[in-house]
Amino acid sequence: LGLKMLSAQNFGESGKMKEYHYAGPTEHRFSPYAFNGGTVLAVAGEDFAIVASDTRLSEGYSIHSRDSPKCYKLTDTTVLGCSGFHGDCLTLTKIIDARLKMYKHSNNKTMTSGAIAAMLSTILYSRRFFPYYVYNIIGGLDEQGKGAVYSFDPVGSYQRDTYKAGGSASAMLQPLLDNQIGFKNMEGVEHVPLTKDKAVQLVKDVFVSAAERDVYTGDALRICIVTKEGIEEQNIPLRKD
Amino acid sequence: MATLAVRRAPLGGFSFENCKRNSILESEASKVGFSVPTARKTGTTICGVVFKDGIVLGADTRATEGMVVADKNCSKIHYISPNIYCCGAGTAADTEMTTQIISSNLELHALSTGRQPRVATANRMLKQMLFRYQGYIGAALVLGGVDCNGPHLYSIYPHGSTDKLPYVTMGSGSLAAMAVFEDRYKTGMEEEEAKQLVRDAIAAGIFNDLGSGSNIDLCVITKGNVDYIRPHDEANKKGVRHGELEGVQLTGDYRYKRGTTAVLSKVVNPLDLELLEETVQTMDTS
Repeated sequence: LGLKMLSAQNFGESGKMKEYHYAGPTEHRFSPYAFNGGTVLAVAGEDFAIVASDTRLSEGYSIHSRDSPKCYKLTDTTVLGCSGFHGDCLTLTKIIDARLKMYKHSNNKTMTSGAIAAMLSTILYSRRFFPYYVYNIIGGLDEQGKGAVYSFDPVGSYQRDTYKAGGSASAMLQPLLDNQIGFKNMEGVEHVPLTKDKAVQLVKDVFVSAAERDVYTGDALRICIVTKEGIEEQNIPLRKD
Repeated sequence: MATLAVRRAPLGGFSFENCKRNSILESEASKVGFSVPTARKTGTTICGVVFKDGIVLGADTRATEGMVVADKNCSKIHYISPNIYCCGAGTAADTEMTTQIISSNLELHALSTGRQPRVATANRMLKQMLFRYQGYIGAALVLGGVDCNGPHLYSIYPHGSTDKLPYVTMGSGSLAAMAVFEDRYKTGMEEEEAKQLVRDAIAAGIFNDLGSGSNIDLCVITKGNVDYIRPHDEANKKGVRHGELEGVQLTGDYRYKRGTTAVLSKVVNPLDLELLEETVQTMDTS
């Protein structure tokens, strides 16, 4: 009885049996990136902007920290939310802080939200062939005092939005925002402008839902509300599982 | 095909008929740009412990599909026989079907022997089936029960190896749960102490492992009695803030008014039906 041990690896692509059982050279690669999870959301109103993020930092199936917010205060009128690879988030925010100082010293004024957005685009594109693995969303007030949201991709393409979700649960949040803020797919509904309180309540509810279904989102929610009076911060607990 | 028909035992070893077909399908699919469908895994924390009068089994209730939660309250403690229950981690379909098949075969076996089934029998049946499939059935099980020889607890791995131990954990959260067991397990615990220990072990998996979550289910098996407690602990409720006063409006109102979904067109096709015959058949509902 000459029994041979067979398995799927013994058959090649075309379905013919392979002649030998040599596994072949295996290549080990070091990956410079890691995925640390996290979700970011920004909403622009008539005279306010909200930037919110969860505070969970994870890797694989483990949690590194339950208290690592992804909102970074850049100026009195601008907040940046970044999620993706935490190492690149930290480096990027350090570089932006340095560039803000340089601008302030050369031009004797603080950078506006629009200017910061344009600058971030060039910073990201300068690393076009070894990108910062970061999903950025800027929320703040523009020169007229109206709310502004700028959303970016990892290599610097950006546009101004009314609302945007980024990060691990973005695909779950964005359709809900399209419906509730953009009034998409609804007939005969009055397009009421979004008030600050309603926007904050919506952001809380949307993150509670994201924490239910996305394993990377949870622990706590940090909300930064930008108005001409300044930046107000709120902390809401989320599911910890 | 190695189907599990009870009438004829499979002829020697694993049937590799489908391997050739599978590799052709995989390459065909990748040429067109599709990927072969992956099975849903449970990403779980399950554990079991032997105490003075019997067994306590515990499990979380989250089922994941990739890193998205597919089911927030699935049941991972499966029935094998009135005195034997089995927790399952790994591929959801595999744990469900494997436990059902062995449960069915064990019931037939018990009728044939005329005796209450033994845990060692269920263990032997499970390991022989899993080994026959060479690990392709991704079922990692914690089997526990009380029979004529006392309480028994086994852990069973997808390739078919088993361990008979006083405390076991399986799944992606097994390390977190085992840490709790290694700290606080003692032989001959009382029922309440054992339940608390299993509850804490599963809770460690739920809060520290991203693949596990939601609630804690327990199953306490003693001689002549089974307590299937589902849920034993609702460790995570949706949108409830800890330490908030009652009566505060926690979430917004998202109800839609009638007519929000637009009706683009409406077509009504009346069916001209003719009543041919009418009969009444009474049902015996006594």
